[in-house]
Amino acid sequence: MNLDGRRITIILIVCVIAIIFVIRLFFLQVVNSTWREQATALTEEEIPLYPPRGIIYDREGRMLVTNQTVYNLMVVPKKVQPFDTTSLCKLLRIQPSDITALFAKAKARGEYHRPQLLVEQITPADYAAISEQLYKFVGFYAESRTLRVYPQSVGALFLGDVGKISPSEYKANNYYTKLEYIGKSGIEKAYEEELRGVKGIKYAFRDNVGNIKDQEGDKEDKAAIPGIDLICTMDAELQKYGEKLMQNKRGCIVAIEPKTGEILAMVSAPTYDPNLLVGRVRGHNFNVLTNDPQKPLFNRATQAQYRPGSIFKLAQSLTALSVGAITPQTRIHCNRGIIGCHGSHSYDDLEMAIVHSCNPYFREVMHKVVEGNRDPKSRFRDARLGLEIWQEYIKRFGFGSDLHCDIPGVKTGNVPGVEFYDKWYGKEQWAFSTIYSLSIGEGEMLVTPLQMCNMACIIANRGWYVPPHTVKQIGIGGKPKDDFLVRYDLGIDTAHFTTVVNAMEKVLQPGGTAWRAAPKDIVVCGKTGTVQNAGGKEDHAVFICFAPKEDPKIAIAVYTENAGFGGTWSAPVATLLIEKYLNDSIAKSSESREKLILDANFLDR
Amino acid sequence: MSSLGRQHPLANVDWLTVLVYGVLVIFGWMNIYSAAVVDTHPNPMDMSQEYGKQFLFILISSFLGLMVLYMEGEFFNKFAIYIYGLFILLLLLVLAVGTTVNGAKAWIQIGGFALQPAEFAKIGVGLMLAKYISNTKAKFNNWKTRLIAAVIIGIPALLILVQPDVGSLLTFVAFILALYREGLSGNVLIIGLGAIVFGVLSIISGFNKVNYPFFGEQSGVFILMTIVFIIGIVFMGLIKNFVVPRNRKKLYLITILSTVAAIGFSFSVNFMIDKVLAKHQKTRIYVTLGLEEKEEDRSEMSGDSETAEAADMVVKSKSDDPGYNARMAKIAVGNGGFFGQGYRQGPMTKNKYVPERWTDFIFSVISEEWGFVGSVAVIGLFVFLIVRLINMAERQRSQFSRVYGYCVASIFFLHLLINVGMVIGLAPIIGIPLPFMSYGGSSLIGFTLLLFIFLRLDAERLSVFR
Ligand SMILES: [Zn+2]
Repeated sequence: MNLDGRRITIILIVCVIAIIFVIRLFFLQVVNSTWREQATALTEEEIPLYPPRGIIYDREGRMLVTNQTVYNLMVVPKKVQPFDTTSLCKLLRIQPSDITALFAKAKARGEYHRPQLLVEQITPADYAAISEQLYKFVGFYAESRTLRVYPQSVGALFLGDVGKISPSEYKANNYYTKLEYIGKSGIEKAYEEELRGVKGIKYAFRDNVGNIKDQEGDKEDKAAIPGIDLICTMDAELQKYGEKLMQNKRGCIVAIEPKTGEILAMVSAPTYDPNLLVGRVRGHNFNVLTNDPQKPLFNRATQAQYRPGSIFKLAQSLTALSVGAITPQTRIHCNRGIIGCHGSHSYDDLEMAIVHSCNPYFREVMHKVVEGNRDPKSRFRDARLGLEIWQEYIKRFGFGSDLHCDIPGVKTGNVPGVEFYDKWYGKEQWAFSTIYSLSIGEGEMLVTPLQMCNMACIIANRGWYVPPHTVKQIGIGGKPKDDFLVRYDLGIDTAHFTTVVNAMEKVLQPGGTAWRAAPKDIVVCGKTGTVQNAGGKEDHAVFICFAPKEDPKIAIAVYTENAGFGGTWSAPVATLLIEKYLNDSIAKSSESREKLILDANFLDR
Repeated sequence: MSSLGRQHPLANVDWLTVLVYGVLVIFGWMNIYSAAVVDTHPNPMDMSQEYGKQFLFILISSFLGLMVLYMEGEFFNKFAIYIYGLFILLLLLVLAVGTTVNGAKAWIQIGGFALQPAEFAKIGVGLMLAKYISNTKAKFNNWKTRLIAAVIIGIPALLILVQPDVGSLLTFVAFILALYREGLSGNVLIIGLGAIVFGVLSIISGFNKVNYPFFGEQSGVFILMTIVFIIGIVFMGLIKNFVVPRNRKKLYLITILSTVAAIGFSFSVNFMIDKVLAKHQKTRIYVTLGLEEKEEDRSEMSGDSETAEAADMVVKSKSDDPGYNARMAKIAVGNGGFFGQGYRQGPMTKNKYVPERWTDFIFSVISEEWGFVGSVAVIGLFVFLIVRLINMAERQRSQFSRVYGYCVASIFFLHLLINVGMVIGLAPIIGIPLPFMSYGGSSLIGFTLLLFIFLRLDAERLSVFR
């Protein structure tokens, strides 16, 4: 038998196998990248580095929101070795049963090898003592966390809060992981991107049992960029005083610097200490506040939509003057047949009609605006044309819009127009007589207190406003957002404002509806309102004003729910705040008014 | 022996083979160090660690190898039967007093070291076969010769099967390759062997789902079919160019038939498994082939998880994924890329993902850290070594030396085939070492003796006429 060829056969077999191996290796190592991806997923750990969140100061540099490091004491039950239970319990101020209970719970959940939270939020002072001893207890370790703290305990809704990211927030933004914290309301939400900074990444490796190892890899770590500090527009003293005045009341205050649109104070009563919604008490307190019938979490200043009431007569006056429906000298009889009035007057001009808040006068004013005989053939078509013009003017005041402000969740209110009434009554089925209650700020008109205060700013500025906003400087010494460097001019002649301003001045002079609230030495221009509300409850007391008359520094809107007359219950709140803001103190002569307000309790109404 | 008196014993030694041996051993040691290094014991010669012990094994092996080179080749011929007998005794001894590791009673504990007789038994079988064939001028066309050869191989094989150590047993197939060279009819054996190997390959490739361009996720068996088809085409080309025309027709026919048969066979094997067998039968086959792990292995591995979700993830993947070992090895290999992650830089290696990475899975370490380049280089060195041994065997005047040489080459080949095939996912998980490179005293010393006995015989090829 010739066996010489068999050498070749055997060598061929060896070579074929080798070639198959090389091809296989080529596919595994060079062609197919999935194995490499799997290796990365298994072995690489991206440890996020969380930057400190930006600090928020008030306009005077008082620290309003800052961060505090606390320590959570963790334990991995599986890693624990026999230890001195008594001394550990003494050190942590817990009971031995706390530990056994936690271990039992971990076991039941199948998390015996996972870190368990034993003691939450240990203060740095307490932790200093604990950390010296902790090495004796294998399996126990501390994890640092930062919490928001509010040294001034004011402006809860103004500043907003931070909480665990919700599924919808997680879905909407690819920056976060499922376990992160995010601004939930107020400045914390509106300026989330500035405050949070930019996370860094530390690349580490994970071994086959899940231990993280800080090994040198080929990826460079990325340092975290700290959050930007903010100077907000709030005056913490004013805010604090406003919150105090609103104690035992439902309602709200908005105070704005007219020239800049900076919100000096924004109170929604009843208020609460922002520190309640931080850390381990957050969950519980959040439930309590949510279920509180007084709705403390509801920001009345921006989210409550009230009928404007008599205050709306200011916007009506300016609209009518601007479209030429009336002049300041136009006198109208106080004909109380269709609509009621109060006080003894009968034939006011515009200024006195504002002072007296004469309802028949303003009914007629709006009548002149809306039914201007623009279509003589049809009363209905005429009203459509007129209302179109009216609505356009009213919208210039910012009604029906969010005012381009930076407060999350603001409501826009409602300025009913042609479309609205066509839907309601049918096309050409309505005329002025159908909708006249608009003229005195009742009916379908809805506004927010923020919009009312903005109107006060417009009048204070004699025709323009800057969108109200809550942050003055992004970064210490920085600028606000570009939107808040823009003036919105209403295009209404400055001269028209003179009449309205003069009338508002008289409101706080003897004979005016708020004369008792007038402070000494400061000329305040205001307008009272009393908004009827359904359900037979006491009216809402409303007041807007600005001061001083010339070169105004502050404009305020005050709503006190179910308090009654605006001049009595809201005007003093506003004038006390003005005094506080302009004079830094409350004059002796105002103390009785202060006491009256502080003592008032309308919560049960 | 020589008419000129005894030459220097190291004259005529094939130093190139010794060099390849040295490269493999040292490179293996380097990778054992990378795979097993403990931060607190950075010294590669630290005797408390695997790499330190391997260093000792290298020293012992070198010494024993050198000793063999200084011995007379005649000794191995004369005493073949006694050496064979000694190893049979050791195999019996291990069954009596052996220690059980990983379910196999395969180790004899001597002091701090454990001896694995199965690693040495191959030497005895190789020598004994060579002795039998050369002494009797046996012809493999009679049944008596076949039977005696089968008994020589079969006795130690049976003893190893009793342990049971299927991996070591499988390497005994190598002797069939050597016998084939000596005249054992190739057809039946090759077809049978081919069917087994190819059937296993089919099942494995069918088990793996592959994402194909255009066709989406399909059974991996189609890749195997394509490879078979390509090999068929290559053979056709080879036949056309290297075979005289009158023989071509027959070979063409054989090639076409076997290609079609192979493709049909792999398809029907997978069809059987997928459609005919019950689920538990199917699982049993996969477990046997190492595609899925036995229950006890899983629970053992999920035992020591420690922290955080990451651990959960790995633990989960360990306990939920029956092919954990195979998958980790494949991930490590794939992670090497073309040039590798760099020595001691492989994330899968240094984070301990691949089990038994310094013993049976050492090739995964080489692949991850040295990449495609390094893996191919190692395979290339082995192929070079095997082919060189075959060619050296052919140049022997003595049939004893030739048969033994073929045995040595075949054993290295089978170890390479099964070990590397296992790591890169082409063969089931069968625990046998990669010669010279895997950690282990018995295997390193065993392989060294196996090789150096042949080098001794080869060095004397000109002076002997047996
Ligand atoms: Zn009147």
